[in-house]
Amino acid sequence: MKWISEFLGSVKGILLTGAFIGVIAPLLQNFGNPPNMGICVACMERDIAGALGFHRAAVVQYLRPEIIGLVLGAAIAAVMFGEFRARSGSAPLMRFMLGFFAMTGALVFLGCPWRAFLRLAGGDFNALTGLAGMLAGVWAGVFFIKKGFSLGSSRRTPAMAGWVFPVLMIGLLVLLLANMYVSYLPESVIYKEQGKFAPFFSLSGPGSQHAPLIISFGAALAIGFLAQRSRFCTMGAIRDVILIKDMHLMWGILALVLAAFGTNLMLDQFKPGFTGQPIAHTEHIWNFLGMGLAGLAYALVGGCPGRQLFLAGEGDGDSAVFVIGMISGAGFAHNFAIASSAAGTGLWGPAAVIVGLVFCLGTGFFMRQKI
Amino acid sequence: MGDMIDARGLSCPQPVFETRKKMLSLSHGNFTVLVDSPTARDNIIRLAAGQGWRTVVETSHDEYTISLEKTCGDASQIFSAEGL
Repeated sequence: MKWISEFLGSVKGILLTGAFIGVIAPLLQNFGNPPNMGICVACMERDIAGALGFHRAAVVQYLRPEIIGLVLGAAIAAVMFGEFRARSGSAPLMRFMLGFFAMTGALVFLGCPWRAFLRLAGGDFNALTGLAGMLAGVWAGVFFIKKGFSLGSSRRTPAMAGWVFPVLMIGLLVLLLANMYVSYLPESVIYKEQGKFAPFFSLSGPGSQHAPLIISFGAALAIGFLAQRSRFCTMGAIRDVILIKDMHLMWGILALVLAAFGTNLMLDQFKPGFTGQPIAHTEHIWNFLGMGLAGLAYALVGGCPGRQLFLAGEGDGDSAVFVIGMISGAGFAHNFAIASSAAGTGLWGPAAVIVGLVFCLGTGFFMRQKI
Repeated sequence: MGDMIDARGLSCPQPVFETRKKMLSLSHGNFTVLVDSPTARDNIIRLAAGQGWRTVVETSHDEYTISLEKTCGDASQIFSAEGL
């Protein structure tokens, strides 16, 4: 056990985690997930929001087992290695709002940092402006951290509070499995036909594209396990280079991009260019600012969306609140024409990004605490 | 006995950032950092190793007291190792 912990905590461990995600994501795409979206935390949380009926965009609704697997994989690793710690109480509403606006920015760009790197590895060069935006956002976050920004300390809580989110994920898994059975009951078919019975699953579009449940769930469990041990975090990678000149986490990103690029080449999924890229648009300013907003929110909250899922799996209630903020943000983004599509930004997308930037910059400026 | 930084309950990267700030302000000497997350513990140990500080970790009730120490001699070795 100890050597596993030491190995995954080393540079080799972070390289393995990044490379594993880089290989698995294009494979999941090959098994049926949407293009350049083998794994995307933001997109998949958005699909869950749709499946639960929190938004009405019929093309992006599915209870993605990847999200469930990422949380539970991290929870298993945390329990196995004695790192499950129920904790909470560090500015939960601020974290909810940061999650909300992180999702706003992510859905204007169309992806979380993982997907930004996967899009790049699939030949979608629009990811470059998004990643430049994320760099700017994280840089701004680092500026605030240097000036004393803090969301304050969390406190230990009874174990129950830490288990609520992982158990909620098990609940979603049960819902996903039960839906297969319930769909055949005559009573529910009547409701389904009237569109009144969640979960809602897309019949076309990205939401309808998914790898077999067992493959998606198993792959995500493994990623969650590895990432909990190696502390894989895309935002942290950029932040640590800027803030403390530490490359450790950055090796994980480099491994992810190279592994995904190689796997895409082998699977004939590499299609270089700006135009005609799957589930992407070419409005560079909003790709930049959308990811800039998301990057700033991730930096202020202390981790990328994937890392927040792993922390929630370890019993961190504040990270769970951030995730729920993201899912709520997804509901709003699709209900209020904020989310982008392949056609371009939504009607209110740019306005929402500006509101989000005002909120996050204000948070960075005013939330200061002396340690 | 040097100063103590209580970084319990703080999110990434604050524990490691506060530790680094202290290292830069002291250049050598000793201080302790109190954290309650294994991630913060590992990050601080990694940072310390990179900066030439020795660490000793004591674990008690899921909290970690990390003692950091660097003498003048250590500093000169690090500077020479970096070619400064």
